[in-house]
Amino acid sequence: MIRIKGLTKRFGDNTVLNNIDLEIERGERICVIGPSGTGKSTLLRCINFLDRPDSGTIEFGDFKVEAAKATRRQILALRRCTAFVFQNYSLFTNRTARQNITEALVTVHRQSSDEANRRADAILRETGLLDKAESYPAALSGGQQQRVGIGRAMALDADLMLFDEPTSALDPEWVGEVLDLMRRVAESRQTMLIVTHEMQFAREIAHRVIFMDGGRIVEQGPPGAIFGAPQDPRIRDFLRRVS
Amino acid sequence: MRALDLQYMLGLVPVILSYVPLTLAMAGIAMVLALIIASLLAVERVVRIPVLDGLVAIFISFFRGTPLLVQLFLFYYGLPQIVSFLTQINGVTAAIMGLTLHFSAYMAESIRAAIIGVDRSQWEASQAVGMTQSQMMRRIILPQAARIAAPTLVNYFIDMIKGTSLAFTLGVTEMMGATQKEAAGSFLYFEAFLVVAILYWIIVESLSFGQRWLEVHLNKAHAR
Repeated sequence: MIRIKGLTKRFGDNTVLNNIDLEIERGERICVIGPSGTGKSTLLRCINFLDRPDSGTIEFGDFKVEAAKATRRQILALRRCTAFVFQNYSLFTNRTARQNITEALVTVHRQSSDEANRRADAILRETGLLDKAESYPAALSGGQQQRVGIGRAMALDADLMLFDEPTSALDPEWVGEVLDLMRRVAESRQTMLIVTHEMQFAREIAHRVIFMDGGRIVEQGPPGAIFGAPQDPRIRDFLRRVS
Repeated sequence: MRALDLQYMLGLVPVILSYVPLTLAMAGIAMVLALIIASLLAVERVVRIPVLDGLVAIFISFFRGTPLLVQLFLFYYGLPQIVSFLTQINGVTAAIMGLTLHFSAYMAESIRAAIIGVDRSQWEASQAVGMTQSQMMRRIILPQAARIAAPTLVNYFIDMIKGTSLAFTLGVTEMMGATQKEAAGSFLYFEAFLVVAILYWIIVESLSFGQRWLEVHLNKAHAR
């Protein structure tokens, strides 16, 4: 069980995350939707301290971090509980597709390079990119890069996978293959927290949909309820605009 | 105007060539040491460790702000008067020390700029997979910074090779020192210094092959 309490983040006078409480069950898939600039990405980035939250607590099982006094060691441990898929892929540009997957397995998780390579090849096969194993990111299409990005996250076997608008930077022709791969990840009962603008995908894959606005969680519930009969007028407004 | 003594010049070539290994050794050793020191200084300038940061800033400022020749004299003639165990310091060692520290200051600045030039996404991805700061620097950031900094670092290496000629002022017989001695014997100064100038030129030019290889190697990941 992952428990987030009172998570708050300010940039100057601007409170981007306002006292967020969120509990995530093991194997749960949550999609976060809402207008731009409402703190969806910041929520994800605060969970693994890419942005340092100002206050609140984050718990992974028995492991608890208090944001205001988090030590360097705690932050590392927290990051090792999570895996992150970036909007702009953020592959290591000096590493091949395979090396992007093995890098953290070898340096962070101390696996032998044989073990890491076997894992990487299994993942590349699953993502349909085995023939691109030796390619550098610069030689891959956006869709291929994002599949490697998801593969890199899968390899970590993290308690929680965070997806920060994984298809937003893609040309429309590549969106389908990335969503397909995410469906595959979902089938493995991986716990997922996904910020997305793909409403159809959210409706289909999520156990729970969270609507955020102004740095707060406005409403949450099963996709049928949020998309079918939203209570808050802001959601109706938002859904009308994006559909 | 008299004609050049070509016979003399040709005869001088093998004499000076025999000192090329010493010149290259001094430059090579100083370059490796300078690269290591410069990388450490550059990383410190980026992560800014309290107290140390001030010292590093002063170090860089001093070795960039004073002439190489003055630094060499300081090490060779000055330091042994202050620090007793350095009384045995020879010219070659002093020259390597001077070149190392002088160029590490310059190279630190260009490596620092290259580190800052590495895309933010690379830092974030390294952090997100749980790397420590030193893992991130060693495995992801510095290799990418090397690519950005390579052209200017090669330039410094060229400067360093030419800088070894100052070692002759510390009594080291390297290419320049040997030429000076030969010229003092024959009085054919123009011929002698022309030969050594051309030899330096050829050495530096042949480095550009190395530079091309290096850039192709470092750009491997960016070919489409």
